[in-house]
Amino acid sequence: MTDSYLIVGADVVGEGRADLLLQDGVVRRVETGSDAPRDARRIDADGLVALPGLVDLHTHLREPGREDAETIATGSAAAAAGGFTAVLAMANTDPVTDTAEAAERVRELGRQAGLVDVHPVGAVTKALAGEQLAELGLMARSRARVRVFSDDGKCVQDARLMRRALEYVKAFGGVVSQHAQDPRLAGSDACAHEGELSGRLGLPGWPGVAEEVIVARDVMLARHTGSRVHIAHVSTAGSVEVLRWAKAQGIAVTAEVTPHHLMLPVEKVATYDPTFKVNPPLRPAEDIAALREALADGTIDAVATDHAPHARHDKEHAFAEAAFGMLGLEQALQVVHTVMVRAGSMDWSQVTAAMSTTPARIAGLDDQGGGLADGAPANLVLFDPAARVTVDRDASRSLSSNNPWHGVALDGAVHATFLRGRATLLDGEVHA
Amino acid sequence: MRHLLSAADLDRDQALTILETATQMHDVQHREVKKLPALRGRTVVNLFFEDSTRTRSSFEIAGKWLSADVINISAKGSSVSKGESLRDTVTTVAAMGVDGLVIRHHASGAPAQVADWVDAIVVNAGDGTHEHPTQALLDAYSISRRIGDLAGKHVVIAGDLTHSRVVRSNLLLLKTLGAQVTLVAPPTLMPSGIGAWSEAAGFATTYDFDAVLPDADAVMMLRVQKERMTGGYFPTPREYTVGYGLTRERLKLLPPNAVIAHPGPMNRGLEITADAADEARSLILDQVSAGVAVRMSVLYHLLGGAQ
Ligand SMILES: [Zn+2]
Repeated sequence: MTDSYLIVGADVVGEGRADLLLQDGVVRRVETGSDAPRDARRIDADGLVALPGLVDLHTHLREPGREDAETIATGSAAAAAGGFTAVLAMANTDPVTDTAEAAERVRELGRQAGLVDVHPVGAVTKALAGEQLAELGLMARSRARVRVFSDDGKCVQDARLMRRALEYVKAFGGVVSQHAQDPRLAGSDACAHEGELSGRLGLPGWPGVAEEVIVARDVMLARHTGSRVHIAHVSTAGSVEVLRWAKAQGIAVTAEVTPHHLMLPVEKVATYDPTFKVNPPLRPAEDIAALREALADGTIDAVATDHAPHARHDKEHAFAEAAFGMLGLEQALQVVHTVMVRAGSMDWSQVTAAMSTTPARIAGLDDQGGGLADGAPANLVLFDPAARVTVDRDASRSLSSNNPWHGVALDGAVHATFLRGRATLLDGEVHA
Repeated sequence: MRHLLSAADLDRDQALTILETATQMHDVQHREVKKLPALRGRTVVNLFFEDSTRTRSSFEIAGKWLSADVINISAKGSSVSKGESLRDTVTTVAAMGVDGLVIRHHASGAPAQVADWVDAIVVNAGDGTHEHPTQALLDAYSISRRIGDLAGKHVVIAGDLTHSRVVRSNLLLLKTLGAQVTLVAPPTLMPSGIGAWSEAAGFATTYDFDAVLPDADAVMMLRVQKERMTGGYFPTPREYTVGYGLTRERLKLLPPNAVIAHPGPMNRGLEITADAADEARSLILDQVSAGVAVRMSVLYHLLGGAQ
């Protein structure tokens, strides 16, 4: 397959209609198609929006340990299909990514899959046990260049350990991404937003305050240590209020919200369908409204998927016993387009910031999240905003099918994805 | 109505029909030969993921007196830890040619999920902290046998509401039958969102047990597990009894013709004093014997014996 593409007439975010030549891994700006080499494949991008490749701060790839649910290769394919060119792979695999060697292995498997840049997230604590710091510095200095550390799936509960982690990562410009869940207020059995519905359904409640107290504590720790903290999958209006206050104080806190928390209300769990069991849980309309507003005004910096594939048999249990998590990579941009852009709350430059530029900056990636200027790495996505697609979970590139948008019509479709000038998604096919 | 997953599956006519049939079934208990041919050739499996000798025996006897073949399967312990999914477990059982599945599960919603996966009719025999519809039916049966039609009657339910499946089913059924319901508990044992729920569903709540007793036609006491102590739900058993137990002093506040129910098993001395449990107006033994009749009626209507 040719490695140069001439993209004609795309709507380039921030500048309007333009022609882009992708050659030798970089973007070349061309005045007209006649400047392009003859063997460049021409892509008619009339009506398509061109954005820098998306960067996901929060992906679960399940390899090593649960290759029946997802592998780095299949997760990478789902990412490419969703317009991503880089993903941060969470550390809660088996074994946990808590050493330099484990991180390098993940990075290498990502390189072999060749569809997106896979950057391992390092565990904050050994085996995610919450007791001793993992080898943060060795992971940072490894070939995997780990910059994001998280015990995601679990909260770093011990305030003193959290403080030490925040201090320690300053040496190499790292950031701690916190899964905010006070385990005494929302224990491991907590599985649905605590409210009227959980009361009626008899499901153990996960109150918003269990997230908010940790967010509040951690921004104070970030202020005290002068370090950066990132809050994963923010889900409540109360957390948004704390973040807004913290940012006004100049505290170095960033935060992400998932596509599902932007769109799906708690009522989805009323039939006990474990597809909708996720941690933190789906919240009521008031929280969703606050999250959308916070994303639009920048209080929440990024959209991250928390893509959490699960084998079918891990979801076919009673709701309280089924695995937490849902897929997210393939539909993330469609969801953001549907609930934010179409609704008039965000424009494409804000989407670019939330899904590419800012996550790349938070994760310390210098070759991702840039613009589409002449000479920039050719990481980009072409999105067709006019399409309308009914999601079919069986059409997923993921090995799993726990897709919360199955049967839902979403606005827009990812048309093509390019990683350093190579098409990873084109004509509906993912290409390694 | 194809399954009985929730007390909400029954409209007023269906509920009254089940209670009426239960009256007839109750008579079978007093016969020398306790057998009706209604479900001959039908197979009912009691699939219990959680122990409950009382409920399981009650369903077993009910099925047998209707001439069904009844099989008990204990699937205790988390299926998660056994590596088999709930769906695998129930579809395997259902594939043996089962007509009815009576399911007891420690997790809320499990019978509703199972109903999506199998062709057999499903009866919820108690799921987590969600519902226990046949318990609500037998409670309504026992109470109305003593005090008559429940329409307009005031039923007070007191105890650990948060963790009680009995209360959720009773609320739904009692409202369907036209009763007025008041729930009593300390704030820590009220389900989350109770304010919005009570407003929407039309029942009352209070922390003051004494205030509602003089106006009650029936009072239903719910079991309070001593383990709740560790969750900080209340300071001591003694304090719980003083505030929310059906004590000798409280009995005096209850009108003389009001009745006392308890779905069992009781913690004598915690939520109910021995005096109250053994009073003539206590329905506690009636409830146990009504259990078989009500479950016969449910199986009879659901499994097509009525056709
Ligand atoms: Zn998480």
